[in-house]
Formats: sequence, C-alpha cells, structure tokens
Amino acid sequence: MTEPFTPVTLITGFLGSGKTTLLRRLLADPALADTAVLINEFGEIGLDHHLLERIDERTVLLTSGCLCCTVRGELSDALRDLHSRRAREQVPWFRRVIIESTGLADPFPVLTTLHADPVLKHHFRMERIVTTVDAVNGARTLANHAESVKQVAVADRIVLTKTDIADAAAATSVVRRVRAINPSAPLLRPDDTSLVDSLLGDDTDATARADGVAEAWISEQMAAADAGGNPHVQDVTAFAITFDHLVDWTAFSLWLTMLLHRHGEAVLRVKGILNVAGTDTPVAIHGVQHLVHPPLHMRAWPSADRRSRLVFIVKNLDARAIERSFAVFCASSASRAPA
Amino acid sequence: MCALCGVLGGSDHWADAPARPGVFSRVADPLQRRRERAQRVETANRILTHYRMTLSDWQGSAFILSTATGKTELVDNLSHLWAVAERLSGRACDPLDPLLMDALRD
Repeated sequence: MTEPFTPVTLITGFLGSGKTTLLRRLLADPALADTAVLINEFGEIGLDHHLLERIDERTVLLTSGCLCCTVRGELSDALRDLHSRRAREQVPWFRRVIIESTGLADPFPVLTTLHADPVLKHHFRMERIVTTVDAVNGARTLANHAESVKQVAVADRIVLTKTDIADAAAATSVVRRVRAINPSAPLLRPDDTSLVDSLLGDDTDATARADGVAEAWISEQMAAADAGGNPHVQDVTAFAITFDHLVDWTAFSLWLTMLLHRHGEAVLRVKGILNVAGTDTPVAIHGVQHLVHPPLHMRAWPSADRRSRLVFIVKNLDARAIERSFAVFCASSASRAPA
Repeated sequence: MCALCGVLGGSDHWADAPARPGVFSRVADPLQRRRERAQRVETANRILTHYRMTLSDWQGSAFILSTATGKTELVDNLSHLWAVAERLSGRACDPLDPLLMDALRD
C-alpha cells in the first residue's frame, strides 16, 4: 500500500561538519536504495554531488543559493517534480527523501516549506532533522556561529563526526555544549551499528511518533535534572516546566500561539506532553520556532506521573517568565480542575 | 466551501488539527467544533480585554477582532489573531508581560 506521506529527512550541520560523508555512508546502505536525494550547494560550482558518487534521476542539485534564503521555491519545485515523476513512473520508485542543506542554512524554512506548500503538505512529511557536529571544531563553531547553534537546537538526532581524530577533551567539550543546547536529541557516532535505523528508521505511524516523544521526554527529564551545571551556549538555554492541573486546551493553544507570535524567533524548540482536560491519554506537542506540528494523541502515559511537562530550548528568554505565564494562562481558564 | 461567501472550510492550523489517526483534535464533529470555537472566543476575550479589544465568531469559519474605537478585521486562526491584534491596538501582545499576567490573575 502506498504510504500517505513520504518521509523527509533533513541533514544539516555547519560547514565541514561531515554532512556529505554521512550522506555517503547512509546511501551505501542497501536498505536506503529507495531514497531520493536533494543536495543544496551554495556557489556556482557544486562539489558535494560529485563526492556522493550517486547521480541518477532521483538525485537533484539545488543550485540557486542557500536553502534558507533563496532556494525555497526551487526546493518546492524539485519535490513537486519528483512526486509527479514518481507517480508517472518516470523515476525509480522512492519511499523517502533526504535533503542535504548547505552548512550555513537555517533548517526552519525547510520545515515551513513542507508544512505550508499547498501541494507538498499533502504528500511529504518532515520525519526528522539530523545535525552533524564536528568533534574537533564543534565547540569553536558553536561559540562563534549562531547558525550552528540553531542547527543543533532543532535537531531530532545529532551525529558527532570526526571522533576518530578528535582528542577526548575536545570531544567531551563539544558533547557538553551540544547537551546544553539540546538535551533530548539522541547523540550518535558515525560508526554506530544502529546509525541507519536511528537516523532513518520508519516510524510513520503517528502514534508511534507520539510514543517516541514520550521516550525522549524521559531522557530529557534526566538531562534537565543536571542542566544547571551545563554551559550556556550563545544565550541558549534548555529548561522544563511542569503543571499539576489538567490543561485547558483552548487556554493552552491561545497561550502558545501568543508566545510563538511574539517570541517565536527565540523559542528554538518546544516539546512536551500535556494532560488535557477531557482526554484520557496524553497529548504530545512539538514545535520549532513559529511552526507547531499537529498535536499527537499518545497511546498511554509513559509513567505513573500524569503531570503536564513542556521542554523549551530558548535564546535570550527568561525561563521563569515563561513558566509563570503558562501557569497564569492555564489558571485563568474556566475549566480548570485538579488532575 | 461555502457556496454563498466562497469561504474555504477546514483550517490546517495546529490548534484546529483535523481528526486523523493519532492526531489530537477538537474539531472531530460539528458539535465539538462549535463548542471549541465558543470557548476559544470566551477565553481569548479574557486576554484581549487587556488590549481593549474583543473577538467574536464569524460564520464558524473565521473570527472578527474589534477595537474599542470600532476598528474591525477578520482573522483566520490563532496565529493570525495576534498579528492583527498587535496591528490594530498598536501594542505588543506579549504573554510574558507582567501587566497582562496581573490582569489575568484578577
């Protein structure tokens, strides 16, 4: 049966962080033979697609500029074209798409393109964002380049590259900085045997994805507990808030839309599970900047703890103000009742 | 689509997520959808009072945002609401504003 949505994986990471090497490794896996690839290169002479050594009708080069600035139309056209040619059997069948962005690209516009394009949103779904971080230069890159911080903050998976040539102290420093920005994304190494499954494993069922959020939440809780000792990277902080009462969905949606409207640029990521009034099972929330994915119904609570929990990764925002505001808005709703 | 006014039905805003397997929705049936819209108007007005504005439902498919001086505009969804509210009121609608939080506590 044809899947309703073709999953899209975005591989991002700063210049020289090993995106193309990772992509080569993934495409060499026979399990990923049915993958279409879009490569975005900045500059007139693209090199990455030559390094990839895989040129066929399903490999598309986006050359009009950086993915986040000028090439969004080209991305949209390329995906529409691939979809159309697949339907007409003019290209070999593919069941997933990988996009490799330039090192300076902001991942967010790719998300919005998939989410907002009137055609693409019915056929493609952003499965996950994979960010490569260089174990040798990563700490310096994260300290000096805001683009790299954002790439890490929005990542669903992080691949620590060049660990074979990095000394242990440098690698540890990079991991600490990465964890300070994004405590929840699983951290992988290119030589992990489960790499392909972790990065591209199928979890197209929405409920399974919701349960994935729950699992991530547990690791976030553990990470958040010791987050106090982590360094702040370019004023980016990760924190969790909990709420003991049932959440009024209407008040919550008004609050979150208002927060993201005013501070969306600074809310790099929000993720969590809510005990919503009127439902027996938890609701998973996942947002990146101004974009919030459709809320998912989870099958069951991941533990006996039924409190609502939200994890924020923010830049230059006061965590306590967000927590206060959330509590005030939820308390102001008419249907508030103890959980 | 409404044949009379040409309004397209079905919002794809996350707060109005259509009922699909695994997706949390408050618009699964007409009654639930109307109840949610009524509650949304009531709750939004508690916030908008702070900015001297009011919200009302329009045809079950959009909302009408009005200022105390009569400026009125149609808004499609919650994200659109705050952009229009800021433009009509000339104020930043910030949920972290201590004055707004004080007002909501009262």
